[in-house]
Amino acid sequence: MPTDVERWKSETYGNEIREHLYEFAEEGWESIPDDEHDAWFERFKWWGLYHQRTGQESYFMMRIGTPNGVLEPGQTEVVAEVAEEYATGPAENPEFGNGYVDWTTRQSIQLHWIKLEDIPEIFDKLDAAGLSTQQACGDSWRNIVGCPVAGKDNHEHVDALPVAKGLNETYKGHEDHTNLPRKWKVSVTGCREGCGQGDINDLAFEPATAVRNGEELKGFNIRVGGGLARNEPRIARDLDVFVDSEEAIEVGGALSALFRDHGDREDRFSARMKFLVDEMGAEAIRELLQEEYVDFELDHAGEDLRSEYSYNAGRANGGHADHVGVHEQKDGTYYVGLNVLVGRMGAADTRELARLADKYGSGEVRVTQRQNILITDVSEADLDALLGEPLLADYSPDPSPFMRGSVACTGTEFCSLSIVETKNRQVRYARWLKENIDLPSGVEDFHIHLSGCTASCAQPQIADISLRGMKTRKNGEAVEALDVGLGGGLGEHPRFADWVAQRVPADEVPGAIANLLAGFEDRREGEETFREFVERTDEETLADLVVPEETDYDDPYMHNTKLTWYPYAEADGMDEGPAPTDRDGVSLADD
Amino acid sequence: MSHSLRTLDDGAWVSVDDRREAGASELWRVRSVCDCVVGDLLVEGVVDVGVDGRAVTARVAGRCLTCDRETVTGHLPVGRVVEGSYRPLATGAVRAPPNVE
Ligand code: HEM
Ligand code: SF4
Ligand SMILES: [Zn+2]
Repeated sequence: MPTDVERWKSETYGNEIREHLYEFAEEGWESIPDDEHDAWFERFKWWGLYHQRTGQESYFMMRIGTPNGVLEPGQTEVVAEVAEEYATGPAENPEFGNGYVDWTTRQSIQLHWIKLEDIPEIFDKLDAAGLSTQQACGDSWRNIVGCPVAGKDNHEHVDALPVAKGLNETYKGHEDHTNLPRKWKVSVTGCREGCGQGDINDLAFEPATAVRNGEELKGFNIRVGGGLARNEPRIARDLDVFVDSEEAIEVGGALSALFRDHGDREDRFSARMKFLVDEMGAEAIRELLQEEYVDFELDHAGEDLRSEYSYNAGRANGGHADHVGVHEQKDGTYYVGLNVLVGRMGAADTRELARLADKYGSGEVRVTQRQNILITDVSEADLDALLGEPLLADYSPDPSPFMRGSVACTGTEFCSLSIVETKNRQVRYARWLKENIDLPSGVEDFHIHLSGCTASCAQPQIADISLRGMKTRKNGEAVEALDVGLGGGLGEHPRFADWVAQRVPADEVPGAIANLLAGFEDRREGEETFREFVERTDEETLADLVVPEETDYDDPYMHNTKLTWYPYAEADGMDEGPAPTDRDGVSLADD
Repeated sequence: MSHSLRTLDDGAWVSVDDRREAGASELWRVRSVCDCVVGDLLVEGVVDVGVDGRAVTARVAGRCLTCDRETVTGHLPVGRVVEGSYRPLATGAVRAPPNVE
């Protein structure tokens, strides 16, 4: 039997949803028939709108897809303007205020507290700036990710930006690729560091060199079926195919069509490409692709650059692990990578970011998969002035490793699936660690990723320290807790974390990390990285080193934040919030 | 009177008549799900929903906080339909698959 989602999609899906959105916006929240909420909210995802969780009815999360994380000159200012005007809610966040932008782990932008009634105005502004929410969520081509300095990087193997843009232009909104069995996440990498994180995507283009007609040709190898969600993480598998930049566009569509036709539409839990690859095997997928979906002879994989990968890899092999700091571009100008703690930036700061990018760079801003942002195209003469700007005191190009290494997902603040509060907690963790802990000498990169649930939006399994939302009982009370994982990272041989400590009460996690780091310092051999230490240490010893402990770290979110309408509200009871509200934010008496 | 019943947002919720009635992150007291006499199950996702007489049921993926068993349960009651409207089970109620006692 087809699922409800498949039935709704077969009735109305894709571009036409926009007209319905406009009608509902005109008539107001209450015009969505009560018995059609589930269907419409599922469809709205295709246009980048996700209904927020219980207690926040009538408010939406809005995701703007920025292919390869590139914001063209002028676009950042529009994002700031939309956040300021429309992304304010009925209560403040104590760390971030009201009206903020989330730079996400898939190089996109998320805004919260969006009212349905404001959508036509917002879409007008985004359209005028060349920005779009199309397919940012839902079952189709998601925002295409890649190395955020594609086309600028001094050492890149091949410029992947035209491929990312080409795929985006060809398949976004393309009728044949509108309705897939599940989300379709694509990564295009051309650099030597592996910043595109292809291994955790459904489809990955990776830099490679092949020999054709006796000549060396730069292009891409293809991998398929990676992903982190649901306790079933998979590393993308080698399809043994090499393509040049033009073929990449065609083969990308061919693989999406193959997934469309062969992915599981009966059961959403096993629909992702990773399960199709499990089931068929990469070899059979290659055969099917060759026989039915492309009409030229596919090349076998070329020589890859995986041994050089350093991004999120936990190796000190000379490559960079992120994009924070000042780096020279191939045209002789510079990009300046700013650390945005847990990816969240106030609207006013975002506006200032746009101004700085205009003043010192080309106006372009880029988003990384570590929730940071880059100002590109800064001439050497302007560097010092840019580095002296007050904004860079808060979003540092040279932050503490604990600030720099922090990534956190949305969590109970807005997300339906979440089990714990995430962003504010991670901000407090990072501050406490910065003030209280010194990393062993020479350790510059130390990544801590916190996800509120197993969906793994913060990519916890590929960090030095992996944190995942749980609950436990402490003194008889149910409290928020985290599983602690170690040993994950990308690089030549990616590995997912082993969950060595379960259900550590959230207020004891900083103490646990401090104890673990002390154990690392004691046992460290030479200049080894934390990941290398974890890899040569058995799991039992590691588990013994993670000693949960209360410290002077204070956690205001230990109670069940999911049972509140908003975790930081003064009166936070589920019935004490105003939702649902009308177009002006005035509470509508619930029936 | 007919009711609509489904999982929503890929396992985040049990939706009854287009209202999100139960879901991920809840703590349920459960019998015959894990090694405990009465387990303390953290719901991580809703796998499936069903109806048993007037009871609305759900199969969920989760973990017991007492014995640490990770499991996908059988159908556990989440509420019932009384006089045409849905009533959720009390928070502290002990839930067990209907055919187990
Ligand atoms: C069925 C529900 C969901 C699943 C399975 C899911 C899973 C994921 C995964 C696996 C990633 C990226 C990690 C990767 O690269 O593989 C991701 C990204 C993300 N998700 Fe979710 N997610 C879900 C719902 C949500 C919801 C409800 C929110 C917030 C309201 C959310 C917020 C995010 C954010 C902020 C990112 C990174 C941004 C991006 O996609 O551009 N997710 N999600
Ligand atoms: S990891 Fe889970 S809690 Fe965090 S945003 Fe994703 S779905 Fe929500
Ligand atoms: Zn148990």
